Amino acid sequence: MTDLLSELLAERDWLLGDGATGTNLFNMGLEAGEPPEVWNETHPDRIRALYDGSINAGSDMFLTNSFGGNYSRLKLHDRQDDVFTLNRIAAEIGREAADASGRKIVVAGSVGPTGEILEPVGTLSFNDAVDMFQEQARGLLAGGVDVLWVETISAPEEFRAAAKAFENLDAPWVGTMSFDTAGRSMMGVTATDLVALVESLPNRPIAFGANCGVGASDLLRTLIGFGKANPKLPIIAKGNAGIPKYVHGHIHYDGTPELMGEYALLARDAGARIIGGCCGTKPEHLVAMKAALESRPKGDTPTMEAISAALGGFSSDSDGVGGPAAPKRERRRRRG
Amino acid sequence: MSDEEDDLILSELPDEELVPQMMDDLYDGMKEEVEEGVNILLERGWTPYDILTKALVEGMAIVGVDFRDGILFVPEVLLAAGAMKGGMEILKPLLVETGAPRLGKMVIGTVKGDIHDIGKNLVAMMMEGAGFEIVDLGINNDVDKYIDALKAEGADILGMSALLTTTMPYMKVVIDTLVETGARDDYIVLVGGAPLNEEFGKAIGADAYCRDAAVAVETAKELIMRKHNRGAD
Repeated sequence: MTDLLSELLAERDWLLGDGATGTNLFNMGLEAGEPPEVWNETHPDRIRALYDGSINAGSDMFLTNSFGGNYSRLKLHDRQDDVFTLNRIAAEIGREAADASGRKIVVAGSVGPTGEILEPVGTLSFNDAVDMFQEQARGLLAGGVDVLWVETISAPEEFRAAAKAFENLDAPWVGTMSFDTAGRSMMGVTATDLVALVESLPNRPIAFGANCGVGASDLLRTLIGFGKANPKLPIIAKGNAGIPKYVHGHIHYDGTPELMGEYALLARDAGARIIGGCCGTKPEHLVAMKAALESRPKGDTPTMEAISAALGGFSSDSDGVGGPAAPKRERRRRRG
Repeated sequence: MSDEEDDLILSELPDEELVPQMMDDLYDGMKEEVEEGVNILLERGWTPYDILTKALVEGMAIVGVDFRDGILFVPEVLLAAGAMKGGMEILKPLLVETGAPRLGKMVIGTVKGDIHDIGKNLVAMMMEGAGFEIVDLGINNDVDKYIDALKAEGADILGMSALLTTTMPYMKVVIDTLVETGARDDYIVLVGGAPLNEEFGKAIGADAYCRDAAVAVETAKELIMRKHNRGAD
């Protein structure tokens, strides 16, 4: 039995991902501070409209509104008892939307980070993290998602915990990390590290990649980092629509649809096969991305110069691969 | 490294070797060794304040520099902060007893409407690791919660965090209220979060925008020192 995402990847060279969830929900009137997942219950029509926005823009997949739908995140709003239900509804609305589209569209169950730091650095045990992911994934699967999609992860332990949870449920999955700190994830994971991590897992994901992070340029550099490590699995790119700017008391993302079209082409040239957006990406961006991808053939891996010329400079000099930027300090003797 | 000959007996080291060794142990996040070092220095008659400032805080400053320079990442820094906290636990009651000047107390939380707290948590952990007292208000704080806590705790520093572009303008509401009530100069106001920048920090009247947790620690130390100097005038 093949899952729908694997089926589409076998048929097609590239797939168009979806856009943002959070920033689009804010545009629909989500109040800051409200957990978006609660809208699955209170405003199912708007969640359907969010999904339809991606579907009508031509996406081949979309993520459910369940990013913060785990025990630890919902507990901040005293909704920790509703993990299963809120996730199930997020998925059900998605299933209906996909089935009504008349196309093959992957409903991907979004699973975000727990927001906690795992042992030994932090306090959350690996097993508790697995339980949290598993509880959420159960709800998503009950609602009919085609694939589980863990995203915006920083710590390798947390990525592994999600993988373990999905393994326990025998569910197909993909996973992406955010590379936002000098080319690495906040917890220091490089592009090369993530390739090694996914290849080493007993239940490898269908695809892996990068989402969110800083700007589109940084994300493309991470993709090239993946490519250098010769990954066997398909690569996912979900970059932000530019960088948020505070202009005259208003905030807007500076990525235009044209720029996101350029980003999509460069992402494909850099080796990505599933190409979407993250924060700030609206349906009009997706339309431009699809048009760009359909109008031009895949090219060679872009150079760093080509990326910064098209999309702007990088947030740091290096992508973090190839050791620390400066030599480690001289260590003194230590007891054995 | 783990040769028998390399074994170190901390208590046999003279002060001038023990202190750098403690800094290395802090750097490596070795909590028990740091605690042992603190106890040895206490036995040797060091004041709790000297141990804090000359061994622990200085050691953490090195960690902060390497974090800033991309040599260390969050996991290593948090382990170091944990080791520092171990040493602080021993010193805390003694510092109070001896009436030592405190480094500073910070009230911190994400602003109203913002539920993204990982950055705030990192800053809290690293500030605590650097020897500051932390009052963590958690997520989604309105202006009253911040100001009540600042007053009730007799805090020196207000730290506000926002990840969302929609919530960051609320920082200005809090600062404006401090200004209106004449309390703005009582506190150092630090702001941070992914969508912010220095320009925004200035525009809303914060004392500083802090790019990351290490910068927050350095900035807090510097501004507290300036405040003390001003007080001495």
